[in-house]
Amino acid sequence: MSWFEPKAEKPKIPPAKALWAICPKCKSHMAKEVWKNNNSICPKCNYHGRLPVRERIRQIADESTFVELFREVSYSDHLGFHDATGDYKSKVDATIAKTGETESIVVGTCEIGGHRAMLGVMDFSFMGGSLGSGTGERIARACEQAIAERRALVLFCASGGARMHEGILSLMQMTKTSAAIGRLKAAGLPYISVCTDPTTGGVSASFAMLGDINITEPKALIGFAGRRVIENTIHQKLPADFQTSEYLEKHGFIDKIVERKDLKPFIAKMLNYWGF
Amino acid sequence: MATKKTLKKAPAAAASAWDKVKIARDAKRPHVWDFIEGIFDDFEELHGDRLVNDDAAMVAGFGTIGGEKVLLLGHHKGATVEENMAANFGMANPDGYRKAMRLGKLAERFGNPIVTFVDTPGAYPGREAEERGQAEAIAKSLEFFSALKTPIVVVVTGEGGSGGALAIAVGDRILMMENAVYSVISPEGCAGILWRDGAKAPEAAEALKITAPDLLSLGAIDEIIPEPAGGAHKNHKRACANVKKAVLKALKELKGIALDELVEKRYAKIRSYGNFY
Repeated sequence: MSWFEPKAEKPKIPPAKALWAICPKCKSHMAKEVWKNNNSICPKCNYHGRLPVRERIRQIADESTFVELFREVSYSDHLGFHDATGDYKSKVDATIAKTGETESIVVGTCEIGGHRAMLGVMDFSFMGGSLGSGTGERIARACEQAIAERRALVLFCASGGARMHEGILSLMQMTKTSAAIGRLKAAGLPYISVCTDPTTGGVSASFAMLGDINITEPKALIGFAGRRVIENTIHQKLPADFQTSEYLEKHGFIDKIVERKDLKPFIAKMLNYWGF
Repeated sequence: MATKKTLKKAPAAAASAWDKVKIARDAKRPHVWDFIEGIFDDFEELHGDRLVNDDAAMVAGFGTIGGEKVLLLGHHKGATVEENMAANFGMANPDGYRKAMRLGKLAERFGNPIVTFVDTPGAYPGREAEERGQAEAIAKSLEFFSALKTPIVVVVTGEGGSGGALAIAVGDRILMMENAVYSVISPEGCAGILWRDGAKAPEAAEALKITAPDLLSLGAIDEIIPEPAGGAHKNHKRACANVKKAVLKALKELKGIALDELVEKRYAKIRSYGNFY
């Protein structure tokens, strides 16, 4: 036996964050597997975490019924916007390469518990789910196609608000989406808005709050202005549950808080009540 | 070398976006009551949303302008500190937007066109504003005014601050005063997020493209109303005359259009907003 035995290779220990998940609401630690196996829901506090857009579609649409639409509609850097951290174009192109999506919402036709629907799911991992021209266009087209095909509209919202890199035209998407939804309702079709964590700013102040019913998952953040902006304006501390699903339900702006596992049957049930 | 005379006549278009922000926020700039007094033959203010409140940041009422009987809606900022405080610096609560919709419905019933004056830093970011549904009130306004069967002429007179401005800025003709600004977020807010430094607001103002010529080229507005040399605050009378002329022209153009067609055209206009691939 050699005195200088080659040192056994150290087993590679994955970094802590590869193994552990931390609930963003109650900060409790758990093995990543636990978080994943629980459908991204905290087993301690029941916070419903963010779901990847394709996983959400898989959980809501009946099997192999989802047909994606308007994927060709994507962003344009019409302002040539750049800020301290770089230019808008490279940021979105990097996001597109990373996520495989081409805008912050995926829309398409499907059946939900056998009911004909137009489904849209926002993708928070795509530029914070921000509302760009492409996002607004996909929603408006979805409304128009839903009218033509007599489908119910179901939108899952997840967004920080308007996409400021697109300037005023981003703001105008609030009007565009709201007007298109108004037409859908006038055509006698129902619209269910599901405000998931987070639904804020210009998205909350347009299509997210216009549902014939607005529903949400437990403990989502839903609101117009940011907590810090409000605290700095009114010079007061806000309650811990301010702008949560539970707070909004209490104040009358959410019809029902629905657990993730119950969302699909709930939506199907409502569409059934309304004869769709 | 520029003489004093040529300096005075220098076109405002030469000013930077940040210069325009400062002009648009100038306390001496004509505010909604200056326009009411300077443009309207008569005016009766009406109050309340019929739910909880009367929002002083949103002025609403019926009046006559050049013989046309219209509903006026406008943000009220106030010119003095006392007025600012009373009007919450023009930052409306949900109650203000709901008052605007209530009276908008009345205007539709009796065939009154609507003229709106937009001048606000934004919707009020307050605890009660959130509890009473600031987001819902703005969203409903957008849906409501998009389909309302009466002509709507919008004038962005000062600061068009984000969703709080947009809620009463949906219409058939969107006019904007030469030195007004209109933006998805305040330059300070944008600088705080994307530059991590609110002091970079002038750069953010430039990048966001918020001036009247920018908005015209982006298709977000229809027409720019010229201001007297140096800005509207230098000559209220002239500013009011220019606004009155532009509003009356727009009202006249819209008057001849059948209401169903008007609403179709409005939708087509709203539908065209955007730039994408």
